[in-house]
Amino acid sequence: MNTRLSFLLDGAEVPFTPGQSVIQAALAAGRYIPHLCYHPEFTPHGSCKLCTVRADGRPAAACTLPARAGLQVDSETEELRALRRTLVQMLFAEGNHFCPSCEKSGNCVLQSLGYDLEVHTAGFRHFFLDRPVDASHPDILLDFNRCVLCRLCVRASEEVDGKGVFYLGGRGVQRRLLVSSESGRLADTDIAVTDKAVEVCPVGVILRKHVGFAVPIGRRRYDVKPLRERALEDAPRGEEGTHG
Amino acid sequence: MTEPTADGLRRVAIDPLTRVEGHGKVTLMIDHVGRVVQARLHIVEFRGFEKFVQGRPYWEAPVMVQRLCGICPVSHHLAAAKAMDQIVGAHTLTPTAEKVRRLMHYGQILQSHALHFFHLASPDLLFGFDAEPARRNLSGLIAADPELARKGIELRRYGQEVIRVTAGKRIHGTGAIPGGVNKNVSREERDELRKDIYRVLGWCLEAVERVRQLYDRHARLFDRFGTIAAHQLCLVRADGAMDLYHGGLRARTREGRTLFDHVDYGHYWEQIGEEVRPWSYMKFPYLRALGPQDGWYRVGPLARVNLCDHIPTPLADHARRVFLAYGGGSAARATLGTHWARMIELLHAAEVIKALLDDPDLQGDELTVRGQPQERGVGVLEAPRGTLIHHYRVNAEGLITRCNLIVSTTHNNQAMNETLLAVAREHLDGRELTEGLLNHLEVAIRAYDPCLSCATHALGQMPLIVELVGPDGAVLGRVQRDG
Repeated sequence: MNTRLSFLLDGAEVPFTPGQSVIQAALAAGRYIPHLCYHPEFTPHGSCKLCTVRADGRPAAACTLPARAGLQVDSETEELRALRRTLVQMLFAEGNHFCPSCEKSGNCVLQSLGYDLEVHTAGFRHFFLDRPVDASHPDILLDFNRCVLCRLCVRASEEVDGKGVFYLGGRGVQRRLLVSSESGRLADTDIAVTDKAVEVCPVGVILRKHVGFAVPIGRRRYDVKPLRERALEDAPRGEEGTHG
Repeated sequence: MTEPTADGLRRVAIDPLTRVEGHGKVTLMIDHVGRVVQARLHIVEFRGFEKFVQGRPYWEAPVMVQRLCGICPVSHHLAAAKAMDQIVGAHTLTPTAEKVRRLMHYGQILQSHALHFFHLASPDLLFGFDAEPARRNLSGLIAADPELARKGIELRRYGQEVIRVTAGKRIHGTGAIPGGVNKNVSREERDELRKDIYRVLGWCLEAVERVRQLYDRHARLFDRFGTIAAHQLCLVRADGAMDLYHGGLRARTREGRTLFDHVDYGHYWEQIGEEVRPWSYMKFPYLRALGPQDGWYRVGPLARVNLCDHIPTPLADHARRVFLAYGGGSAARATLGTHWARMIELLHAAEVIKALLDDPDLQGDELTVRGQPQERGVGVLEAPRGTLIHHYRVNAEGLITRCNLIVSTTHNNQAMNETLLAVAREHLDGRELTEGLLNHLEVAIRAYDPCLSCATHALGQMPLIVELVGPDGAVLGRVQRDG
């Protein structure tokens, strides 16, 4: 008797193991669902909503939706692509994502999502934030103007580094990334340049100092392979991709 | 448009200019007898870069500031990178880094000079200043001389390919980083560029010859047109040779007296002052030794070809000697001689590129160096349009706290005004405004290849309206050109 569990993603069968989310199972099966705050190494956060799919007709975040046998999931529909496009436009509008002079360009998930989803226009009036950067740390620079509130650095610092250097404070449109030190400055934390929290930032907020633009155009992460291919490469296969 | 002023003078405005990089406006002040008494080129060159790089990390500057311009971004990229070399204490780059940057720079000179001569200036020179405007543009050039237009396009493309190979992109790349470069030139890339270099050299030789013939044909006009006696400034190599990437500052007065020579540009402000005037966003640099009133000067191809002791590539140096000797030195004094000088530099750039492509250092692996960090960095080079100065201060955290840029067009600010005045006095005094006459002013400005807004680049026809109003406020003449 065949006991393989599966659901349908855009009409194609996707196998899963109990405990996997829809996005985990999809990526493990080589099926890409756009995402930003989801990272295979961390507890899903479900905040960016870019991985929104229709599951049995109802919208849901694929990163927090448990896979279930017989579920019918739609992802690559024009309706959902339009929704994701709008979400990316909103993220661009809320921060200073000036790709032309940003050292994260070519390595940036937000920028790559823009290309992937064919975001050709601004869509919204930009906020043009004016938050001072925190350059107090000798090895790490923080540019708060580019934060997309994905909380990956918060999760990495807590779950992997065990330091809790970052947290999100404020509410609504005032919500922002903050540093857990009395002074609020990064130099007064125990963060190290080798920390997971530094590596994991998908945009240009947490940067290694002095090395910007050292990788030439053509050899940057998403120059070599587009976001979809990278996401599938990074996705754990089978059981290892299950969050407890 | 025209408008009366409080002191009874009348203003003639030409707005906007065409076939220059960006937007500009010319105002001619005419007294009650119709004599032009003042000429001003207004430039909305307020770009704000000096302000908004403040608070940004130093390593971002070479990439950010190149967005000043889509025509010569490499010049800003490299000038900023040279300044940042000092910030990271890299006083001598590796041979690979130095040569990759030079290759990038001369590719930039090649593409910018080709664009200017073939696409922007040659319609005036070939068809005449009074020619029908519908014909006097790039489309007219393509119709009349498709081979010349094609060579211009191919030359520009080659220069852009050199830039792509060294900077990663044809426009707005990232090749130069503080202390060096982020890539070398692979053998495959080098071989690809080598394929066309002899053809490029041939076209550059033809371009020099063509501009010489043009000059020859119209020598009486060209010698005189907008010609002014100007002090001159440029960088020269330690042996006095032309070097567009690095050197010491040399300035000569209009009488030919050397004012200073081989000056370390790290202290440029000791020699060059900057004055602010209320009617323009552009500053007015001047040679301190001569003061703000008389210290204005000229930079760019004409100054460089005049001031260098020799050009260190044989074909261009031969062309330089022909140029300097022409008419007993008349071309070397003439504003329109700038076009000739520009083509000599075009040829020089092609020769330098050829020599660099034969240099195995381009394939080296040592790309960057670092030393003792410094708080101040000054980077100067000779951009296509002239001397370009980038000056930064960086705090201990690595953030830029101050920035001063003196771009080539700013150096030429007053020289362009003086040229306009000379042309206006000869061609507009007491005469009815015509399309051809107006274009005389544009031709004069175009000789300097000014980059006006450094952002918006208009080729071809743009709306142009000029009115001449007499002392009683009545409109005496009006010329309109539709966009």
